[in-house]
Amino acid sequence: MTTHHAPSPTGVDDDAVARAPSLKSIYVYEAPVRLWHWVNALAIVVLAVSGYFIGSPPPSVPGEASDNFLFGYIRFAHFAAAYVFAVGFLARLYWGLVGNDHSRELFSIPVLTGAYWREIGAMLKWYAFLRPYPNRYVGHNPLARISMFFAIFLGGIFMLVTGFALYGEGAQAGHWSHTLFTSWVLPLFGQSQTLHTWHHLGMWMIVLFVMVHVYAAVREDIMGRQSMISTMLSGYRMFKK
Amino acid sequence: MTETFYEVLRRQGITRRSFIKFCSLTASSLGLGSTFVPKIAHALETKPRTPVIWLHGLECTCCSESFIRSAHPLTKDVVLSMLSLDYDDTLMAAAGHQAEAIIEEVKKKYKGNYIVAVEGNPPLNEDGMFCIHGGRPFVEVLKETCADAKAVISWGACASYGCVQAAKPNPTRATPVHQVISGKPIVRVPGCPPIAEVMTGVVTYMLTFDRIPELDRQGRPKMFYGQRIHDKCYRRPHFDAGQFVEQWDDDAARRGYCLYKMGCKGPTTYNACSTVRWNGGVSFPIQSGHGCIGCSEDGFWDKGSFYDRVTDIKQFGIESNADKVGGTAAAVVGAGIAVHAGLSALSRARINHSQENQQGGN
Repeated sequence: MTTHHAPSPTGVDDDAVARAPSLKSIYVYEAPVRLWHWVNALAIVVLAVSGYFIGSPPPSVPGEASDNFLFGYIRFAHFAAAYVFAVGFLARLYWGLVGNDHSRELFSIPVLTGAYWREIGAMLKWYAFLRPYPNRYVGHNPLARISMFFAIFLGGIFMLVTGFALYGEGAQAGHWSHTLFTSWVLPLFGQSQTLHTWHHLGMWMIVLFVMVHVYAAVREDIMGRQSMISTMLSGYRMFKK
Repeated sequence: MTETFYEVLRRQGITRRSFIKFCSLTASSLGLGSTFVPKIAHALETKPRTPVIWLHGLECTCCSESFIRSAHPLTKDVVLSMLSLDYDDTLMAAAGHQAEAIIEEVKKKYKGNYIVAVEGNPPLNEDGMFCIHGGRPFVEVLKETCADAKAVISWGACASYGCVQAAKPNPTRATPVHQVISGKPIVRVPGCPPIAEVMTGVVTYMLTFDRIPELDRQGRPKMFYGQRIHDKCYRRPHFDAGQFVEQWDDDAARRGYCLYKMGCKGPTTYNACSTVRWNGGVSFPIQSGHGCIGCSEDGFWDKGSFYDRVTDIKQFGIESNADKVGGTAAAVVGAGIAVHAGLSALSRARINHSQENQQGGN
């Protein structure tokens, strides 16, 4: 046994560093992917909160109507965050074309690869406590990939299309959002209230995704075999055992 | 030669002054400039009146009731004369075989040059036997009459979308006109009923310019259905400020705040109520303190309560809406996560414990 000595008050302890095991790390998420992830996360939070208030407004404010613009600001926050989400989505699509292999995982699922589905089974077993440890995954784990493909890629497209169609209703005929989206989305859904309802349900779908996503990321970070949260900050995935 | 509109008007004792007034008001209600006043006057002076056959299917006659109350200067006499309304079984004096003969006559005499205005819709179940017109299913009469028409006008929510008789489960299979008639231009003028001035405005446009007005993708005239009620609502400042009525008898209601929280459908309803208003511009529902019920939108009977902004989702039980479904799902998933996290901690603790035991044994 090596002898323990008191830690230095400065925090410097080269001996301890030298004794510690080395972790393997792989550069997975490039800077644009990480930046997009956090900007997108912030936009989703603003969109969900402001969107919920648009559906169920806060209590009335007192005073003259001309002195207040609360609901206007709530709607502005929603629209501004929606533009951030939209521009980020397009930029992320572009990065999917020019970035590394992991940057493309969001936009497809390898449905024809049997091994992929076996790994999904392995992940499900891991979450059902039927395996002591998960396998090691460099990029997204197969379960994360399929949920992100549906919730963020397809779900994001759905929210953008329905959202801009609703936005075009207010912007009215002649605005690009009306021409590009409202003009065909509104007849497709039949009427505006139905479109509102679907957009509203889409919000809840994304809320559910975020809950599971955050829980799974924290849990993997603690119990899994690779780093999760710091990977989305530094880009490096570290493997613990 | 059929009489022109102007001749009919003069014969009925309407002065030229009133006639020109009507032309100006019509021009402005159609959103046209003052240069169009002489054009409208000229058209009404020279064009023979286009015959209109007004058919009634499954309906409540509220469209007719609205139409005959068009309140612009030359009221119902003029409007009815303008149209050369050759057939309208609720308004005409003739009855029985004589009345039915008129349809045949118009069809022959003005082939391809008359307008069919349809109020209500045909039910298709049981070979259309739920609505009998002159001893025959209405759907047959409708198809025959429209066959030689120049254009078809679908009056109201019934003809445009189906309305209450097509609400779930729609036992008679009441079907909107455009799903039965094909190959003819169809102008949809939804509303339950449509605004009187919107109805006369559409007809006047068609007679003046001899073409149907510009329509949106749902076949509604853009000039009246291009904007939502919300877009021109006089209570909009309260909406933007965040001032809402919370209960029908609260102070906010007396102050005339926005009715959004009371389920007003103004933000999802395309109609001209907030600009043209009703009963000669006297008021409209929101001005009278009640939210819009969205009567000019497709399937407005099947979208849940008139007092809820969030549509009911029937698949999850009668009282469900998006917030309840989403909130319940979030609660279930949240509880699932909490349980899973607890189990994860337990299982990890057990593994660590057994590993320690193994190490201790070594």
